[in-house]
Amino acid sequence: MFKIVRREEMAEGTVVLNEIDAPLIAKKAKPGQFVILKANETGERIPLTMADTDPEKGTVTIIYQIVGKSTAIFKTLQVGDGYQDVIGPLGKPTHLEKLGTVVCVGGGTGVAVLHPITRGLKEVGNEVIGIIGARNKELLILEDHMKDASHELNVCTDDGSYGHHGFVTDILKKTLEEKDVKLVVGIGPVPMMCFVAKMTKEYNVKTMVSLNPIMIDGTGMCGGCRVSVGGETKFACVDGPEFDGHEVDFDVLMNRLQSYTNEEQECYDEYCTMQTAK
Amino acid sequence: MAEEKKKKEKIPRQPMPAQEAKVRARNFEEVPFGYSSETAMKEAARCIQCKKPACVDGCPVGIDIPGFINLVKEGEFTKSISKIWEMNTLPAVCGRVCPQEIQCEGKCIVGKKGAPVAIGNLERFVADYEREKRLAPAPEKAASTGKRVAVVGSGPSGLTVASDLAAKGHEVTIYEAFHKPGGVLVYGIPEFRLPKDIVFSEVAGLESMGVNLEMNAVIGRTKTLDELFEEGFDAIYVGVGAGLPTFMNIEGENLIGVFSANEYLTRSNLMKAYLFPEYDTPIIKGKNVVTMGGGNVAMDSARTALRLGAERSIIVYRRSREELPARTEEVHHAEEEGVEFHFLTNPTKFMGDEKGRLNSMECLKMELGEPDASGRRRPSAIEGSEFQMEIDLAVIAIGAGANPLLTQSTEDLKLNKWGYIDADEATGKTSKKAVWAGGDIVTGAATVILAMGAGRAAADSMHEYLTLGW
Ligand SMILES: Cc1cc2nc3c(=O)[nH]c(=O)nc-3n(C[C@H](O)[C@H](O)[C@H](O)COP(=O)(O)OP(=O)(O)OC[C@H]3O[C@@H](n4cnc5c(N)ncnc54)[C@H](O)[C@@H]3O)c2cc1C
Ligand code: SF4
Ligand code: FES
Repeated sequence: MFKIVRREEMAEGTVVLNEIDAPLIAKKAKPGQFVILKANETGERIPLTMADTDPEKGTVTIIYQIVGKSTAIFKTLQVGDGYQDVIGPLGKPTHLEKLGTVVCVGGGTGVAVLHPITRGLKEVGNEVIGIIGARNKELLILEDHMKDASHELNVCTDDGSYGHHGFVTDILKKTLEEKDVKLVVGIGPVPMMCFVAKMTKEYNVKTMVSLNPIMIDGTGMCGGCRVSVGGETKFACVDGPEFDGHEVDFDVLMNRLQSYTNEEQECYDEYCTMQTAK
Repeated sequence: MAEEKKKKEKIPRQPMPAQEAKVRARNFEEVPFGYSSETAMKEAARCIQCKKPACVDGCPVGIDIPGFINLVKEGEFTKSISKIWEMNTLPAVCGRVCPQEIQCEGKCIVGKKGAPVAIGNLERFVADYEREKRLAPAPEKAASTGKRVAVVGSGPSGLTVASDLAAKGHEVTIYEAFHKPGGVLVYGIPEFRLPKDIVFSEVAGLESMGVNLEMNAVIGRTKTLDELFEEGFDAIYVGVGAGLPTFMNIEGENLIGVFSANEYLTRSNLMKAYLFPEYDTPIIKGKNVVTMGGGNVAMDSARTALRLGAERSIIVYRRSREELPARTEEVHHAEEEGVEFHFLTNPTKFMGDEKGRLNSMECLKMELGEPDASGRRRPSAIEGSEFQMEIDLAVIAIGAGANPLLTQSTEDLKLNKWGYIDADEATGKTSKKAVWAGGDIVTGAATVILAMGAGRAAADSMHEYLTLGW
């Protein structure tokens, strides 16, 4: 079992942080890589990109949003409980290189994935501008972490309850206009990444996005995680999860993410009924 | 003598009792029930105990077939399993999944005039008897050598190496990427053909011999081969299988409802999606399901689809019935259960609705031409023969390739042009010192018994190295 040593709730309990004891993975993991977690015997294998690792302590940190039955089960796990299986580190690490000015754009829980990459890009000597957003102030996560990891941080909320009233792309556009941006990293909900990529394409600025398709093995065995990049089929678990945002077919990604919407709803409803009955 | 022979030939091959086709096509329980002791003894009596048994030549691991069958005939089932164990550590598995018709039974003399002795059924009987009764003495274990061996992959090939080397006194640790051991036996072959409890009971046997199992260990990622050596392992066996799905590279392959057989079967078998929502992993239950391919993987997929509730489950194969590579029994079972076969047909594209869900597929009719390199007649398309089928689930089971995850993370491991590991045929030795390889990652997708045979040969060579040097 992989024990949870620290647990925090964020964004009004819709997002949970788990720091998990997994020394082998912690020793190896690099920014951009993910783990697959399975809570118990009957559980599903869920991929989550690591938000942090501590090789000394032997822990990895994941931050997830409650979106269905599996994450609802994850949420019930307390400190001292654990995951039956944690597999990793999987996927290719982010390529960290000194380029000049880079912009890191994050939305929703995507900020959790963006944070270690932002920190890494700063560490190798880039001038890092962070832009993070959420629907409202309460749902915003890791603002302080992102502040430390970047030279300048811009915060947006859709409803204007905090920071800039509007979307991350508003600030991104301004930044692209004003600065000589060498790279944009965009991580968040698929529509956000799609907008970011469309915008940077106009400015011809290289853009990396991190994709989160449905996975099973995470080792290139099943092909379930396939995405279309530059007209070619790629397996996100081994060829990614990061890809050139200008080449990604976001429609295919969006579609395939909805493969099991009916089944998942059924499963989630049943789980909720059971919980209420208890 | 001639008289006696004649009498023996008169006993017909004992049929395998099985679940009725209509019933079993809707459940995941094992199809055949297995022989009773009486039936097994009767079937065993059909063996004429050849002096030069051709069947043994047909068995890739050289089981003493007349020997174990004779013991069955005499009702010495426990002695019989010990005889089989001398050569094969997974008889309950092999009795169920070996292509006996081209191996032992294909060579059986009795089969020249009638039906061959049911060697597979008898092997299965003996193994099941032992699993239930547990009377046979455990295979002997040599004194500890102090040498440590890592086995990467827990498929039939890795399990064989682990068991052989543990018996020889080495300390063995198996590293497996998945959360459960067994390889294809667990994630690929369905419950109705090979109950998973059988595999887990074999693995438990290994553990009781002192073999360590490390699940969730993706070698190449969690650890590399070189790191295993740094940790103090003296030798490594790589048996990671052929875990790379092949797609057809035709239009519409990324639509929802198009699966690789690996994904479809892994969801159903390993993740138990057939028990959804009791188990959390979902699977799409199609009404009109098409499986592309003609091997065991295709049969397993098409039969799984029926059990998941498909109204029609169709196999589309580009060659003809004669070329089907699947075990005869699987084809037979599939047909009985109502799987339809469209031979000489090749898909050309998948089409979907506005939500990106598969709703139909276009195919071409094929004809057979001259034999190709594999000796099978090469199919070619008949021009203008396009037609469409309405389907909502497609499973692609046209083969598997070499998964590069481990091999690419290991610098000095020589590969062949298809990405499989270059290993010595007789010993399994690779280009990297103290590393052996075998099974599907060397031969390409093959069979359980060949993977086990490779494991056995490598274990011998590894033992020699561990006691004498490289
Ligand atoms: C659906 C299906 C049906 C089949 N039916 C039959 C049949 O009826 N009869 C028959 O004889 N053969 C059959 N086969 C073929 C047979 O199963 C294989 O030939 C055999 O399992 C190969 O054994 P193996 O030990 O080489 O590899 P596998 O069984 O593939 O096992 C390899 C193991 O290694 C693990 N692994 C992979 N990469 C890593 C890594 N980097 N680190 C750690 N572990 C790793 C995998 O997860 C897997 O568990 C079938 C195959 C399939 C897919
Ligand atoms: S292992 Fe396979 S080939 Fe050998 S006797 Fe058994 S069924 Fe026949
Ligand atoms: S998750 Fe199976 S290939 Fe990527």
